[in-house]
Amino acid sequence: MRRIISVLMENAPGSLSRVVGLFSQRGYNIESLTVAPTEDETLSRLTLTTIGDDHKIEQITKHLNKLIDVVKLVDLTEGAHIEREVMLIKVKAAGAQRAEIKRCVDIFRGQIVDVTASLYIIQITGTSDKLDAFLQAVGDASILEVVRSGVSGIARGEKVLSL
Amino acid sequence: MLSGGDMLIRALRDEGVTTVFGYPGGAALHIYDAIFRQQDVKHILVRHEQAATHAADAYSRSTGEVGTVLVTSGPGATNAITGIATAYMDSIPMVVLSGQVVSERIGEDAFQETDMVGISRPIVKHSFMVRDARDIPEVVKKAYYIARTGRPGPVVIDIPKDITNPFDTYPYEYPEKVKIRSYTPATRGHAGQIKKAVQLMLDAKRPVIYAGGGVVQGNGSELLTDIARKLNYPVTNTLMGLGAYPGSDRQFLGMLGMHGTYEANMAMHHADAILAVGARFDDRVTNAVNKFCPNAKIIHIDVDPASISKTVTADIPIVGAVDSVLSEMLALILESEQKPDASAVKNWWEQIDEWRDNHGIYTAPRYDNSGEKIMPQDVIKTLHEVTGGDAYITSDVGQHQMFAAQYYLFDKPRRWINSGGLGTMGFGLPAAMGVQMAHRDAVVACVTGEGSIQMCIEELSALKQYHLPVKIICLNNQALGMVRQWQDMQYDSRYSESLYEDSLPDFIKLMDAYGHVGIRVTKKEELKAKMEECFAMKDRVVFMDIAVDTSEHVYPMQIAGASMRDMWLSKTERT
Repeated sequence: MRRIISVLMENAPGSLSRVVGLFSQRGYNIESLTVAPTEDETLSRLTLTTIGDDHKIEQITKHLNKLIDVVKLVDLTEGAHIEREVMLIKVKAAGAQRAEIKRCVDIFRGQIVDVTASLYIIQITGTSDKLDAFLQAVGDASILEVVRSGVSGIARGEKVLSL
Repeated sequence: MLSGGDMLIRALRDEGVTTVFGYPGGAALHIYDAIFRQQDVKHILVRHEQAATHAADAYSRSTGEVGTVLVTSGPGATNAITGIATAYMDSIPMVVLSGQVVSERIGEDAFQETDMVGISRPIVKHSFMVRDARDIPEVVKKAYYIARTGRPGPVVIDIPKDITNPFDTYPYEYPEKVKIRSYTPATRGHAGQIKKAVQLMLDAKRPVIYAGGGVVQGNGSELLTDIARKLNYPVTNTLMGLGAYPGSDRQFLGMLGMHGTYEANMAMHHADAILAVGARFDDRVTNAVNKFCPNAKIIHIDVDPASISKTVTADIPIVGAVDSVLSEMLALILESEQKPDASAVKNWWEQIDEWRDNHGIYTAPRYDNSGEKIMPQDVIKTLHEVTGGDAYITSDVGQHQMFAAQYYLFDKPRRWINSGGLGTMGFGLPAAMGVQMAHRDAVVACVTGEGSIQMCIEELSALKQYHLPVKIICLNNQALGMVRQWQDMQYDSRYSESLYEDSLPDFIKLMDAYGHVGIRVTKKEELKAKMEECFAMKDRVVFMDIAVDTSEHVYPMQIAGASMRDMWLSKTERT
């Protein structure tokens, strides 16, 4: 099962390498990873998505918690949460294609953020599934380049991951 | 006002460090100069950095204090890696100080540069790179705190050379306390879980206490012994746990696992309740996990939550420090109105005694010692006799290690010093050096083989320099014995690269060259007298080169992929 694990850790040199190293060392999979400092600049917020059964996820969270730099973590998929991923995609857009792609962007509530005579750069935000669906709708033939941010997430309601 | 180098050594002193094992080199020279100019911290010059880590590791294992290592950058750091991994696998507290090239050269492939923090990352509990000399006291304080608390482990402090330069000086103050907001090691166990665990143990009909290295590390031996005696339940120890329960006690079943005793493995398999304390259900203990102890409810006490239910699911998990949890359990047992089921326990002991009588290695010799040859098992028994069972025994890795684990019945914790998790050949001799440094008047013996001893044999020179009179008991079977045993059992005796073809050194002459004493034993009847002669030379390093039966195997040996009770009992007999 796909899980989104959100980690609050020390914003210190080497912290990220310890997290990434843990995954390769113990044979766990990272599907996506995003990290940036928080409003408290001594802390970073790292969100990763991984796939595994309950036993494996339990081991992952235990081992992450053992890292000295990890302050707190939460498995967002255990409760109601919001997840978002940003995608920038460069597509061929010439002739009849231009209008077709524009319609597709509208349907997915994306934005065209750059235009040339022969291409668009499109920005789409949503769940990973939605981004996948958009890529499918546009089709491989038109796609020149895809950049995805990786998943970020936050728990719904009162729950807060902070010090 | 102190320089970075002086601050570092002062911080070690203020942390209570008295002994550092190390080897100098370019990037560490400011630190070595600071060592020269003081008396509080003694430095032991090893002959190879791997030995420094093993010596510091064993120093820690035998005392419970944190071991300290100092090496230079590059090859000094990489040579320390095997020893750091050894300590990590066995949860030994250790701090490794490594020199690094000057800050502004880092990343430029400078002379003797290596990314020590990166290379050591998967085998340390934590690591630091010092970026400002003013941080040294706090980093040192944190490193020792992290190394010894919770589940202990090695911590690396990498120090660029400019940080320790003698020209820049700073005010020095050693912090009294340290707080790390992201690190809160477990202390007390959950009261409700402890209560449930005690209830399960009191209700048990066929209980076994399975204790590991965590009981030794967590200073829980006395409590564990009290609990076991109070309940009259059988105890088995892991390789790392030997000595956690008195080895010569009637309730002790011996070691369990791959080369565990018949009665320990049988008792585990048939148990209905297992109290696992400070043990991690290692694959060398459980055999096939899906066939492990089918009828048992399992209580698992460990300070590390990640150890619990990692391989075998615990029915009652308790995360907490072993001594704290065991003392709460003991209090509950003492105040409980319910007593163990006496008749069930009696039946259980009758069953266990039957197993002991049939195949136990302590009730009768289960190997043939009627011939001319010296049997390795008899060497260990003689060692036990000659040292009164009270020596510190270090070991290398292989058949000799298993024979020592099986036959030297350790009555006290911290007396059996071996590389359990990583299985590091070359550990024994530097480990003996570390133990002897910590216990100058104690009897320290290294049980080794002619293969392992050659991996860190250079330390004979350091033993000479520091007058550390360790005794080396070499079970010389002319082969990499455990490799050959597996080749006998699984590869139709095709001895691929496990023999030396007459290339072994003359160890007696070698000892002479190093200024030590060598004693060769080839006859069975002279074994004991020569061993007495060896241990009578209290102020000399003595190497006993003992020609043992070259074809002997270690038994029992669990059959791979099967359950705890499936074992080879000899070359021809199995359960």
